[in-house]
Amino acid sequence: MTQDSKSPSIQPPKSTSGRRGFLSVAAAGLAGIMIAPGVRLIEIAQAATADTAPSRGASSKVRWGMLIDSGKCASGCTDCVTACNTENGLSGETRATDSQWIRKIEIKEVRTGKTQSLPMMCQHCAEPPCVDVCPTGASFKRADGIVLVDKHICIGCRYCVMACPYKARSFVHQPLSNQKADVPRGMGTVEGCTLCVHKVDKGEMPACVSACSDAGHGAILFGDLNDPNSEISRRLASYPSRQIREDLNLNTGVRYSGI
Amino acid sequence: MRPFAGFSFRSVCRVFAMGLLSATALTASGAGPQVAAGRVPLPIIESARGDKCVQDPALMRRTHMDLLKHQRDDTMHGGIRGAKYSLKACIGCHASQATGSVAAASTNFCQSCHAFVAVRIDCFECHSSKPAPTAAHPPSPQEKPAQTAAAPQVQGLALHQQVKP
Amino acid sequence: MKITLRELDGTSRGYYLLLGVLALVTAIGMGAVWTMEHNGHIVTGMNNQIVWGLPHVFAVFLVVAASGALNVASMASVFGKTEYKPLAPLSGLLAIALLLGGLTVLMLDLGRPDRLIVAMTHFNFKSIFALNIFLYSGFMGFVIAYLWTMMERSAQRFTPMAGLFAFVWRMALTTGTGSIFGFLVARQGFDSALFAPLFIALSLSYGLAVFLLVLMLAFNGSKRSLDAGLLARFARLQVIFIAAGLYFVLVLHLTNLYFTKHHDFERFILLEGGVHTALFWLGQVVLGGIVPMILLMHPRIGELRRRIVAATLLVVGGGFAQMWVTIVGGQAFPLVIFPGRQVSSSFYDGVVNTYTPTLPEWLLGFSGIAIAGLIVMLAMKFLGFLPARLDGADKHITQRAAAAA
Repeated sequence: MTQDSKSPSIQPPKSTSGRRGFLSVAAAGLAGIMIAPGVRLIEIAQAATADTAPSRGASSKVRWGMLIDSGKCASGCTDCVTACNTENGLSGETRATDSQWIRKIEIKEVRTGKTQSLPMMCQHCAEPPCVDVCPTGASFKRADGIVLVDKHICIGCRYCVMACPYKARSFVHQPLSNQKADVPRGMGTVEGCTLCVHKVDKGEMPACVSACSDAGHGAILFGDLNDPNSEISRRLASYPSRQIREDLNLNTGVRYSGI
Repeated sequence: MRPFAGFSFRSVCRVFAMGLLSATALTASGAGPQVAAGRVPLPIIESARGDKCVQDPALMRRTHMDLLKHQRDDTMHGGIRGAKYSLKACIGCHASQATGSVAAASTNFCQSCHAFVAVRIDCFECHSSKPAPTAAHPPSPQEKPAQTAAAPQVQGLALHQQVKP
Repeated sequence: MKITLRELDGTSRGYYLLLGVLALVTAIGMGAVWTMEHNGHIVTGMNNQIVWGLPHVFAVFLVVAASGALNVASMASVFGKTEYKPLAPLSGLLAIALLLGGLTVLMLDLGRPDRLIVAMTHFNFKSIFALNIFLYSGFMGFVIAYLWTMMERSAQRFTPMAGLFAFVWRMALTTGTGSIFGFLVARQGFDSALFAPLFIALSLSYGLAVFLLVLMLAFNGSKRSLDAGLLARFARLQVIFIAAGLYFVLVLHLTNLYFTKHHDFERFILLEGGVHTALFWLGQVVLGGIVPMILLMHPRIGELRRRIVAATLLVVGGGFAQMWVTIVGGQAFPLVIFPGRQVSSSFYDGVVNTYTPTLPEWLLGFSGIAIAGLIVMLAMKFLGFLPARLDGADKHITQRAAAAA
């Protein structure tokens, strides 16, 4: 019997399979957990509890995105970075050869001296240059907009690292061990922010989002860009926001306000 | 093209044919899994948790690579997790009691057969060979829990016989 | 016109010595690959800021030179310059050898070179890399067919058609190679359509330079005589090709200098880039361009053969410098994510990236050259790739050369 790796405190009911039990508890607790109930996760959970244990799978009805408010982002705070490193099993070191899936960028307007801070990660573009240039198709965009590296077919050519306008991708320079069970990573392949796809598929939020909100900063909002009633869509419709390097017309999934 | 000194086309063919014949003879003389005692020991495959696998062992031996390969695409591109042939599910059951892994030691589930047939496992370059720590899979090695009477201690490659440990 | 091709004969010590050196360099290079494969790219100087380094400099140079090396054969078969016909087989052979050497380096530098079969079976056709895989293998096929039509008497009437196919294909291949860089919209140093024609011009220059070096070495080594008139024609061609390369570099930088948004990158490459600036001006422009042109055009400097050897060596060296400036320099300049602003981060945003190649990279790069050399040497020994003579004894050549001189 397989035990789910999340929420070790939740004990599955003895009579049913572990997955079914977990999902029924998760469905009940969703409203409290989610800040941005973009997707109708209740539906997914109910469908899952019906009979099929496997998750529903990615659908193009949904487009995952994030809205980052740079104004709420404190210079020197790295809660999101720490959370990402912990969640994904990254070393957290910052030598030139170390992988960094998310980083804090300190920006300074030279003439006025105004400084700003924001987290930068894979922008999950709708027209990703990394997907265009990958020779094997390992860099790909999922139906729900998450851009991933299929490490089964990545040959480690690093063309996507060259092509990314945000320097979002890292190449693994050393043999790795003790990877997280949900986050496979290996030497010789390229990797980057997965929008915590292993969590999103379970109806949870990316680690950076949870960490930022748990710490009370509230700078990162996650949700479904395709749902006009989601918190993120309403905010994007009401307040000014922009994409980084908008001139490239990539239609990024990660938007920023306050810059 | 001037031939290389000493090797005519005919002589090369002859050597190749002889080599092929002798290789066939050698393999034919071996009787299958029950090789001569003392030559290559059968792999010691640790038993798994749970009552049975998602498929019967004979089918798994022949097709587990194809099942996993198909499943990986469903998971990677389709986002389907926790399906019947999920790798995490395999690891969850088959992780060794002693090392907590399916490939750390040569007696662990995946490594034992793969070392025997000399096929390098690529999965664990990236995938963790240990299940995520939960109540059922604590991170440190544990004593073996009591096994049910019906579960065999060790299974070799022989399909219908049980090899005594 | 009767051309006698003859294999290299004799077992000269020099030949075996060179062969042994090349084999040794190849073996050591494979040892370097073994280290890289087992320990990961941490043993190289490449990192997450500079992901393409010295191996790519070597590989791209070899691939560009490979397509240019075919030029002599194309001139003979496609453009009707029949005085180059005796050299067409060598030209085809060199094209194949250089391509194989360059591809070996490229493929062995991959993070997962064991996944070559994956690369051959999974294609994303929007990627110029994937298209290049077809272009490279197609080039091999076309050139081998072309060589066969030249060497097989009954097929010689197909040579012009085979030559045309090979020529068109090589144009596509070099365009594809240049576009690897030209299609990178994100980077200030690359995003330009000019990279395709620039690489075509560079291929002509590098290809002819390598061809001349190999030709002179082979003829010298096998004690065959080479007509001075022919060499003079080649020298003039080389000048034109160097000039073409310099022209495209000039247009690229002038256009960039016109755009304010590219000023920072231009200032980096042309002025403040340290080793990159030095390699650009001294390596690429002066030693790789201006000095060889002067050497080849100025008869008073010295004897023609010596001038050609010096000039072509400089062109090759300048070519490596150019590849370095293009590939490494383009990555050393910090990727601009927030134009006009100063940035800093833990991921080396906003800083000029440094890169020092390590020994495994050098060994891998040189093994590519060695592999190309091995192929050429072995082919010349066992098959007839070199004309028996290229001196005044063949009246046709000297007449054309004299007429053109």
